[in-house]
Amino acid sequence: MGVRVVLLGKLADLAGGGELQLTGPLDWAGLVAGLPEALAQAADDPRNKVAVNGALLADKASLQASEGDEIALLPPVSGG
Amino acid sequence: MRDIRLLTEMFIPGALVGPFTAANPGLGGVCTFVGEVRSDGDVEALELTHYEPLTLPGMHGLATQAFARFDLMGLLMVHRVGLMRPGEPIVCVSAAARHRRDCIDAVDFCMDHLKSAAWFWKRERRAGAWHWIEPRKDDHRDLARW
Repeated sequence: MGVRVVLLGKLADLAGGGELQLTGPLDWAGLVAGLPEALAQAADDPRNKVAVNGALLADKASLQASEGDEIALLPPVSGG
Repeated sequence: MRDIRLLTEMFIPGALVGPFTAANPGLGGVCTFVGEVRSDGDVEALELTHYEPLTLPGMHGLATQAFARFDLMGLLMVHRVGLMRPGEPIVCVSAAARHRRDCIDAVDFCMDHLKSAAWFWKRERRAGAWHWIEPRKDDHRDLARW
């Protein structure tokens, strides 16, 4: 089943696509370790937010994702 | 009444605003803003990406804030996603109220938040190449008005 990682905005370009599958369970270090290098660096940027199953995390380090969960990596939204 | 939608196809704002107005009998005023994809030099197309679990719930949350803050009878908030060309409508916000100030301010409030804080990512195509649109300082200033 895996953990689905959804990449929004320009983070999708860094990953070469809008979605990755990783094996759970994952904490923050596990997630970063499973990402392509360019994306791993971007994930640590405080401007980029993280949601698990549609709920934003106030603190990325608190990430806990199990098989079947969906993680989204969200860069700053575009302005007007 | 509240009508909040994400649309994947081209829409005609008047076709939404007419029924919306009719659905709020007794109103004293309706204010409508329609945003279109600007013809900016060499921009060929604009693409908006959203994230389903956050974007639409976020728009509903914004509508709830607007109802709490202004004395509204109804609010219509429609946003496009997907590929658009210059001249196509991208957003339509319409508010109905007993008094004009509430509907005018509610539309202004919703637009500032939709532009700066809603979960949309935009990129534009110029000369065949896609470019992501970055956040602007003005957006934060717009939000600070509220």
